[in-house]
Amino acid sequence: MSFLSMTRNIAENLFKGPSTRRYPKEKREYGLKSRGMIGIDIEACIFCGLCSRRCPTGALTVRKDQKEWEIDRLRCVFCGYCVEVCPKKCLAMANHYSPCVTERAAAVHLERQALRDAADAPAEGKE
Amino acid sequence: MSQRNVIPFGPQHPVLPEPIHLDLVTEDETVIEAIPSIGFVHRGLEKLVEKKDYQDFVYVAERICGICSFMHGMTYCQAVEEIMEIAVPERALYLRTVWAELSRIHSHLMWLGLAADAFGFESLFMNCWRLREGILDIIEATTGGRVIFGSCKIGGVRRDIDDETMKGIVEKLGTIGAEIGRTTDVFLNDYSVQHRLKGIGVLSGEEAHALGTVGPVLRASGVAMDARKIDYAAYRNLKFEPVVEKAGDCHARCRVRVREIFQSVDLIGQAARKMPGGEIFVKVTGAPNGEFFSRVEQPRGEVIYYVKANGTKNLQRFRVRTPTFANLPAMVKMLEGASIADVPNIILTIDPCISCVER
Amino acid sequence: MTEEQTTITMEKDELLGAVSDFHSQGYRLAQICCTALGDTIEINYSFDKEYRFKNLRLSIRPDEEIQSISIIYWSAFTYENEMSELFGVKIRNIVVDYKGHFYRTAVATPFVAPEPDAGNATEKE
Repeated sequence: MSFLSMTRNIAENLFKGPSTRRYPKEKREYGLKSRGMIGIDIEACIFCGLCSRRCPTGALTVRKDQKEWEIDRLRCVFCGYCVEVCPKKCLAMANHYSPCVTERAAAVHLERQALRDAADAPAEGKE
Repeated sequence: MSQRNVIPFGPQHPVLPEPIHLDLVTEDETVIEAIPSIGFVHRGLEKLVEKKDYQDFVYVAERICGICSFMHGMTYCQAVEEIMEIAVPERALYLRTVWAELSRIHSHLMWLGLAADAFGFESLFMNCWRLREGILDIIEATTGGRVIFGSCKIGGVRRDIDDETMKGIVEKLGTIGAEIGRTTDVFLNDYSVQHRLKGIGVLSGEEAHALGTVGPVLRASGVAMDARKIDYAAYRNLKFEPVVEKAGDCHARCRVRVREIFQSVDLIGQAARKMPGGEIFVKVTGAPNGEFFSRVEQPRGEVIYYVKANGTKNLQRFRVRTPTFANLPAMVKMLEGASIADVPNIILTIDPCISCVER
Repeated sequence: MTEEQTTITMEKDELLGAVSDFHSQGYRLAQICCTALGDTIEINYSFDKEYRFKNLRLSIRPDEEIQSISIIYWSAFTYENEMSELFGVKIRNIVVDYKGHFYRTAVATPFVAPEPDAGNATEKE
């Protein structure tokens, strides 16, 4: 039994400086594996919709006809399941977070594939 | 004859991180009876299983609790793997063990902090949480998430830890371990801590067993029951003995958790040395048909997952008995006869996780 | 198989006897759970002693009443209150009977109630 077991910790902490980061000045570096937000290389996407079917929270919407891929960032739970199932590997997990929003609708992020040349379109249709 | 009063305690109370309500029937300063009521955060996750694919459900299972999240996912995977008779690769089992033990360390550090906060030792609380940050950094570097690992899947694990990183983790745990030792020394030896915890909320071994308690609460009463001895994951190849204390009071429960932190550090070291190479998952096809009770030792105690499947993609029944649910009756018994001032300490020493209880 | 798990099926009347057998042998009540299988409700009482896991199984009709085992295992009251509130199982003589106030649910017996949007859900799939 002792009265002074905390004293050593206190003394150490006195000379060690703060354990916290001086935030806006000093930013945290995220590890390479950190799950921050889902990004897409929209040009490589084939709009199969597998990601949206697999998404546990239903955060993803894929519209094949309009070549659109949409994510509700506030519903996404960063599990990375979509990245795993994507057959084209066009989805990727970034290690930084998405910016803050002040209303729900602003968190919905839409990516649209640029319409290909007219020559491409019928070729795809034939397949 | 003094007057009886009923003092409502919770769901909002400074020491309660999560909502539970207790009606404390008191006579002067002594609690005569405690009646718990829960249900503030009931989410009905057990019912959700009927709508989700059994493979996707791992994510839901993981989110039952924010602290032992990995172990929830792991228990669920084990249950399904057992039903489908999937042979999980050895390496995956070792990785699961490492992550499970990391969760145990961070959970116990968090608990030590909360306990310090409950008996009014703020600087000790902050010390514990500072140390926990080091563990969370390891977890984030290996899995990508701080508390939600998202690393377990049916048939194995999603991510690998390469040998170099594994070595780094063991080294880092060595240094953090020494620091943890200096902080936990306060819990073990400090006069004021002992003054608040010794002889409070005593639960004898027989009582603890009869009340069906699990985890550190049971072990602090002298019963050597640790579900890791069932030999799931890689525990069959690792050497350890359940941590047991005899006194059964709040301080004994605190000592059990302190010693378990170091046991986990040791287990991770052992697992790192013995970790075999090879695949980290096997592909799973088909659907489960059958039932199994999967048991895992979480930081708070033994968790039981009951999974019943009928050969379709959706499970028929999924039931979780979390450790806090099993410890609630013991908490009620411990509160009887306690002083009002000790109520927060006693509630905290079962490490209540109410979101777990209600699922 | 990580562990052997024995399941013993029994009748409603044998419940208390079987449970007290376990109690006298020094088993710990591990859990009680309930599964709704259409016209029957299956209740599992699980016990553990030195890592041996045993299971008592009881199948009842939803309107049947069963005895509470909380007179033998006091801690069973939490499980039994849960069963009666989520599944509507009728249990007699629970030591601490919350009479429907253990959980706060919007619907009575939500785990057996028919899904209000069952039709819509299947259409979406």
